[in-house]
Amino acid sequence: MTEPILRVNNLSLYYLTRFNEKVKAVDGVSFDLNQGQILGIAGESGCGKSTLVNGCMGLTIPPLFHGEGEVAIDGENLVGMTIEENRFKILGRKICMIPQGALNSLNPTRRIKDLAMDMMVSHGENADKKEIAERLRERFFKIGLQADKVLEAFPVELPAGTKQRVVIGISTLLNPRVVIADEPTSALDVSTQKAVIKLLFDLMEAEIIGSMIFITHELPLLRHVASHIAIMYAGQFVEVGTTQQVVFESCHPYTKALMGAMLSAEVGQRHRKPVYLEGAPPNLKNEIQGCRFAERCPSARPNCKSIFPPLRPVAGRQVRCAYA
Amino acid sequence: MPNGTPVIFEAKALSKTFGNGIHKLKAVDEVSFKIHEQEVVSIVGESGCGKTVLAKLLLRLEKPTSGDLLFRGKSLLKDRDYLSYWRQVQTVFQDPFSAFNQFYTIRSQLKSSFHLLETQVSDREMEQRVDEALLAVNIKPNEIEGKYPFELSGGQMQRMLLARVFILRPKVLIADEPTSMVDASSRSSILDYLLKLKQELNMTIVFITHDIGLAYYISDSIYIMHHGKLIEQGTPDDVMLHPKDIVTRKLLEDIPQLHKSWIPRGGTHESAS
Repeated sequence: MTEPILRVNNLSLYYLTRFNEKVKAVDGVSFDLNQGQILGIAGESGCGKSTLVNGCMGLTIPPLFHGEGEVAIDGENLVGMTIEENRFKILGRKICMIPQGALNSLNPTRRIKDLAMDMMVSHGENADKKEIAERLRERFFKIGLQADKVLEAFPVELPAGTKQRVVIGISTLLNPRVVIADEPTSALDVSTQKAVIKLLFDLMEAEIIGSMIFITHELPLLRHVASHIAIMYAGQFVEVGTTQQVVFESCHPYTKALMGAMLSAEVGQRHRKPVYLEGAPPNLKNEIQGCRFAERCPSARPNCKSIFPPLRPVAGRQVRCAYA
Repeated sequence: MPNGTPVIFEAKALSKTFGNGIHKLKAVDEVSFKIHEQEVVSIVGESGCGKTVLAKLLLRLEKPTSGDLLFRGKSLLKDRDYLSYWRQVQTVFQDPFSAFNQFYTIRSQLKSSFHLLETQVSDREMEQRVDEALLAVNIKPNEIEGKYPFELSGGQMQRMLLARVFILRPKVLIADEPTSMVDASSRSSILDYLLKLKQELNMTIVFITHDIGLAYYISDSIYIMHHGKLIEQGTPDDVMLHPKDIVTRKLLEDIPQLHKSWIPRGGTHESAS
């Protein structure tokens, strides 16, 4: 077995509020990401998905602090690395992120070529300007953009789908091993969404990017994109397995609830009433005894509130439930 | 489709054009339709197809360039009585955080919506009816006591907009992507409250969305919009099973569904720019 590209071991991250309260946003998360895998992370808003990926990049900028655990990319430990060192050595080259609001992340006052050039230079690429420009053209051409037109344009002149492609193009310029896509398509309509996902697949095919972490709350989309899925609830993974296992043979009551809340456009599904969960996730400021999902769990038993369930193997995947 | 109920909205070749010369943009292009009372109509289309402009025309926040819009058989072009129109036609917006003023508490803003009503309401009754409305969307009144919009989650704020609708009791609700900002599980609960309100108030709902799955679930008829034109309309099953237009077919194909293959891995990509 080969060494995983990204190894996260028992990672805990917390935010410090202005009243000096610790909010444990990510609590004891472990996973390995191998070459060619796409890990999908799903969960409600506020469950810690975005915090987790910030931690994976080693970007613990206050008010976010590192609690415990390790993150290693290609065997290189990220914990304790300064931001500058991280930017020159890791970000862009080993790991990069496609932001959530990709449409608003391009500086409107600069041309695309300047933005791309900035990215190369600020991540420590020492090459001749001409050479960089040549590489830019090549790459933009490769991802199906009209390089001459797009590179000279200002962001506002481009339609949404093209802008999203440009953002992906710029973030993957230095051939990162891991790409983190944080809801890359939530602002796009279905046709553009399909084109963007296709582009990401093509980049993987061409071995420009090695593997991917894909964050979304749309399970039908994740089913087509991801090879493995982790379901997150209140800062912890509650179910981790292959896409087939998690989506079609889900074990954990929370995963089942997410599946039940889905509205699908499939024929014959029209009068199926979606079920949803009442209430809200627990407040992470407080120390929580027992299962975090017990309050909302439809199949909770009396002792669920006192016993904290560990991740345990059930039918080939990891589940955090005592009775699954 | 509820047959036999009277027509509430009728659009006759309704158009809205922005700009002129080479910058001319036909946002809504000769759209005609009839919406019956108590019907739930979804307007579906990709971004930039003119859905929101159509919603604004229905809300009379924009004036049509040409064509006519009839409300209960009366043309709205000459009508100046906006207040009585807005008593009957209300809206739920996409982003609840920008719909509420962040400098006032939610409760005081819900109370201020009583100004739109015809009758004077005493302060005591206001409080009572606000509580009632909050309970209708399953929020305990003391949960939002003294709170400002930024202190609540997106799903809760969206339900505050629905509570406002409950207070105003309009005949027509125009919902402009009310669930696009929230995640899947809050989405189902918001839809549920919306349908409950509809039952209670006998509302007509015009639902604007780019999510066909949602439209399929909620509506009595679906209109598909493309480049400002209505290209297809029919019952949800008709549109889903026998899409006539090629654009509709493409739209349906592009939705990721659980039990259908979506993107073949490792194909060549089409170029776009």
